Amino acid sequence: MSEIKSPILQVRHLSKSFGSHQVLKDIDFETYHGNVICIIGASGSGKSTLLRCINMLETPTSGQILFHGGDITEKGTNINTYRSKVGMVFQSFNLFNNMTVLENCMAGVTKVLKKDRKTAEETALKYLSKVGMAEYINAKPNQLSGGQKQRVAIARALAMEPEMLLFDEPTSALDPQMVGEVLEVMRELAEEGMTMVIVTHEMAFARDVSSHVVFMKDGVVAEEGEPSALFGNPKQESTKEFLARFRNQ
Amino acid sequence: MNLPSDNDFFGWVFLILHKYGAIFLHGAGVTLQLALVGTLIGCVIGLLVGVLRTLPIRKNANLFAKIGHGLLQFILAAYIEIFRGTPMIVQAMVVYFGSMQLFKMDMSPMFAGFFVVSINTGAYMAETVRGGIGSIDIGQTEGAKAIGMSHWQAMAYVVMPQTLRNILPQIGNNLIINIKDTSVLNVIQVTELYFSGNSAAGAFMRYFEVFFIICIIYFIMTFTCSRLLRWIEHKIDGSSYYSLVKSDMMADPTGHNPVHLGGEKI
Repeated sequence: MSEIKSPILQVRHLSKSFGSHQVLKDIDFETYHGNVICIIGASGSGKSTLLRCINMLETPTSGQILFHGGDITEKGTNINTYRSKVGMVFQSFNLFNNMTVLENCMAGVTKVLKKDRKTAEETALKYLSKVGMAEYINAKPNQLSGGQKQRVAIARALAMEPEMLLFDEPTSALDPQMVGEVLEVMRELAEEGMTMVIVTHEMAFARDVSSHVVFMKDGVVAEEGEPSALFGNPKQESTKEFLARFRNQ
Repeated sequence: MNLPSDNDFFGWVFLILHKYGAIFLHGAGVTLQLALVGTLIGCVIGLLVGVLRTLPIRKNANLFAKIGHGLLQFILAAYIEIFRGTPMIVQAMVVYFGSMQLFKMDMSPMFAGFFVVSINTGAYMAETVRGGIGSIDIGQTEGAKAIGMSHWQAMAYVVMPQTLRNILPQIGNNLIINIKDTSVLNVIQVTELYFSGNSAAGAFMRYFEVFFIICIIYFIMTFTCSRLLRWIEHKIDGSSYYSLVKSDMMADPTGHNPVHLGGEKI
């Protein structure tokens, strides 16, 4: 693209406290179209809270979240419309237990985007095929394996045809042999140019797939940069320590 | 009329059934009507009150909204506590005679009966619904919100269907309790099953035989309802099997999933 690119999402001076405990301190970062940003860091460093703030599942204590320049933390913003454009995939899948795989992927398209059932079904099938779950449209979530559930959850998010996707530790609740199938789907999405912000503990994935890596420690962005630089030549002592622990595993 | 001898139990039973069978059936009909309608309306009240009791209030809501929210919660809590905390037999008296004395309303005993049973069941159901909503994983709501559903949409399409399934056994409990407890409405002259039994017993002065029959009729009603509810539960749960939808056009692009043939058994 030749035009000057403006960021899809900008996080400005974002802070979040639960009571007296400050989880996020003055976070800044931005996402451009086609970026794949991986957020890494130890448990409790605020990664997931940051992602949940971006989707307004947590209300930021202060700071701004700009979506195409508009502040979504402002009163009167239609959060539901915003969320329909920014998909989210959870660690615990959160598929609707009362619906089949197909209904899970159609629900948002019919109820939120107000499309007719036929269009919704076509859209749902398209994305279920993409994640390799089209055969399972009649299954209920509790009849699926973790990896299958997560792929359906990705299809559900994709069916909304969002501008970007947020992933909150999508493989952390999976058995090791199922991690691969989910990462493979995510890798494909990245190659197709999907804009993604991914909180993950999969360092190899972050190194190979992301365009930008953010390392968080104690609620602040300790270091960020290109994956080759951050993984190959980390500048901060804390980053080195964190990465060393993963190499030793 | 040839009356059976004093210790001819079956003789009396047959005589009473012959003379009063139709009246018992009518009484059973009234009892079922009260229990079914009362439980149904009670469930609607319970759902409404239960959902309103879980209504979130934003921290940055204005003072007016906060006061309104607080007042609503107080009224709902008062309703639940008062109707759960007083006997239905007393409520029936208060409603039936109170409406006449205070508001000059000439309620039929039947109407007062429907009113008392519904409002009573509603108070119990409200708490059941509140608990039921609380038992649904917060992730279900978050999943719904993450695709852009409003609070009400998340409730209507995701949380409530699961809540209803989970509280179905409790709805069944309420129905069965109502079949039995509508007997207290005899104090306001509702001609339900117990009332019919009392009239028959009074006529022959045979209390044991009459109430033995009444007992069996009650049991048939509750047992049938209980089995019906179990059947509905199974229906809602659906099949524990699912079949794979095979199509070459839907071939798995990732190549991770070996192609299964036919249905997969779980």
